[in-house]
Amino acid sequence: MSKTVEEQVIAIIAEQALIEPSEVDTSATLEDLGIDSLGLVEAVFAIEENFDLSVPFNANDPTESEFDISNVRSMINAVEQLVAAKGS
Amino acid sequence: MNRVVITGQGAISSLGASAADHFESMRAARNGIGPLNFQDTERLSIRIGGQIKDYDPAARFSRQDITLFDKFTQFALIAADEAMAQSGLILTEDLATTAGVVLGTAGGGLQTQDENYRSVYEDGKNRVHPFVVPRLMNNAAASHVSMRYNLQGPSFTVATACASSNHAMGQAFNLIRSGISKVMLTGGSESMLCFGGIKAWEGLRVMSKDGCRPFSANRNGMVQGEGAGVFVFEDYTHARARGAEILAEVVGFAMTSDASDIVMPNKQGAKRAISGALRDARISGEDIGYINAHGTGTAANDKTECAAVREVFGAHADRLMISSTKSMHGHLIGGTGAVELLACIMAIRDGVIAPTINYEVPDPECDLDVVPNEAREAKVTVALSNAFAFGGLNAVLAVRAV
Repeated sequence: MSKTVEEQVIAIIAEQALIEPSEVDTSATLEDLGIDSLGLVEAVFAIEENFDLSVPFNANDPTESEFDISNVRSMINAVEQLVAAKGS
Repeated sequence: MNRVVITGQGAISSLGASAADHFESMRAARNGIGPLNFQDTERLSIRIGGQIKDYDPAARFSRQDITLFDKFTQFALIAADEAMAQSGLILTEDLATTAGVVLGTAGGGLQTQDENYRSVYEDGKNRVHPFVVPRLMNNAAASHVSMRYNLQGPSFTVATACASSNHAMGQAFNLIRSGISKVMLTGGSESMLCFGGIKAWEGLRVMSKDGCRPFSANRNGMVQGEGAGVFVFEDYTHARARGAEILAEVVGFAMTSDASDIVMPNKQGAKRAISGALRDARISGEDIGYINAHGTGTAANDKTECAAVREVFGAHADRLMISSTKSMHGHLIGGTGAVELLACIMAIRDGVIAPTINYEVPDPECDLDVVPNEAREAKVTVALSNAFAFGGLNAVLAVRAV
């Protein structure tokens, strides 16, 4: 059975945080998980590679990007929307 | 002017993964050159090099580190770790503010460039990993060394092709001699053994297909190597006060520019660099017992270098020893002077002169004592290390036993 978008995003974030996917609390911020700015850029790259899409993310000012990185949940939602938009 | 000594040394190349390995390999006249092993070698006409065998980054670095470190950075960190451990130096906050790192490299993160150009041009990918730039930049190695050891003083990268390491060490020497820093990490690193790296060199037609034979009449070109050498340079009084083991004293340095040709060596530029280093060290030519030659194994370099040595030293040229360790580890380009300084340290410290291996046929234009094929025991007090780069940039260091 293929993994859901949520599971895949969590796996990518877990890899950057060097923890198990089961340990990722979706209400956590990236900072809570110990992911720094370089880790975030890597995670965005991994999401783009994994889902073959382009994430509207600007490292100059991540909070102003369309891609909502407030916490893990917001990132999952954003990726789900991107994947849905790509399929439509 | 402050005296400058070497209190730590570290190296990795096809001759081994530590300074001690290098001494042993040079003593045993070991050949580190063999078939190249990386993607697309079948499309190369040059297929030999001094490649580090069984190199496993995962054994030395975390996954996160490997994502950020090109191989030239990895090599620099491996050598720096060894040098720092040996020096026993503890960088207090006070010392750290003026301590720095100056490293040479010619190609910087060339492996990273090669891989990613392949990915976007050949494989047609439109997205590259976010760390391509921080991996490939020429100062990446120096910056990562500075971060690892909290070196907050003068830190930069020197790129003068094959003389990069000697120029770098010359800067570190002068930073301590002038009193700006008490401690400098210095040397150089290179990792050009990849398809694009060798393909570019093939173009010049100066590479040998079958071996590196410096000074031998049947030499037919240079052979590339890879790796790094890093040293801890330290103010003599500081080193003595903390009871550090002193490996050698750096006594002189000179650099010159041929200002004549982008690839052909020039005897006058080489002569001025050698005699400049002697003058800077306030020693006479008679004091020099050993020269680690630039000795690339090209027709042009070796005869020009020998002629320069003969003219600088006169009759003493027949009494000194001069060898090219590139015959064993290959030409590490921007890292070569650092690994080769080890041969000078071995000469003055252990009384063992590294050989020029693969020496087969005498060349009347290179009629010096090139220490052919076997290491030799001899007492040497002062040694020189030559580096004469493409672009006509020359840098010569002098080291003395302490």
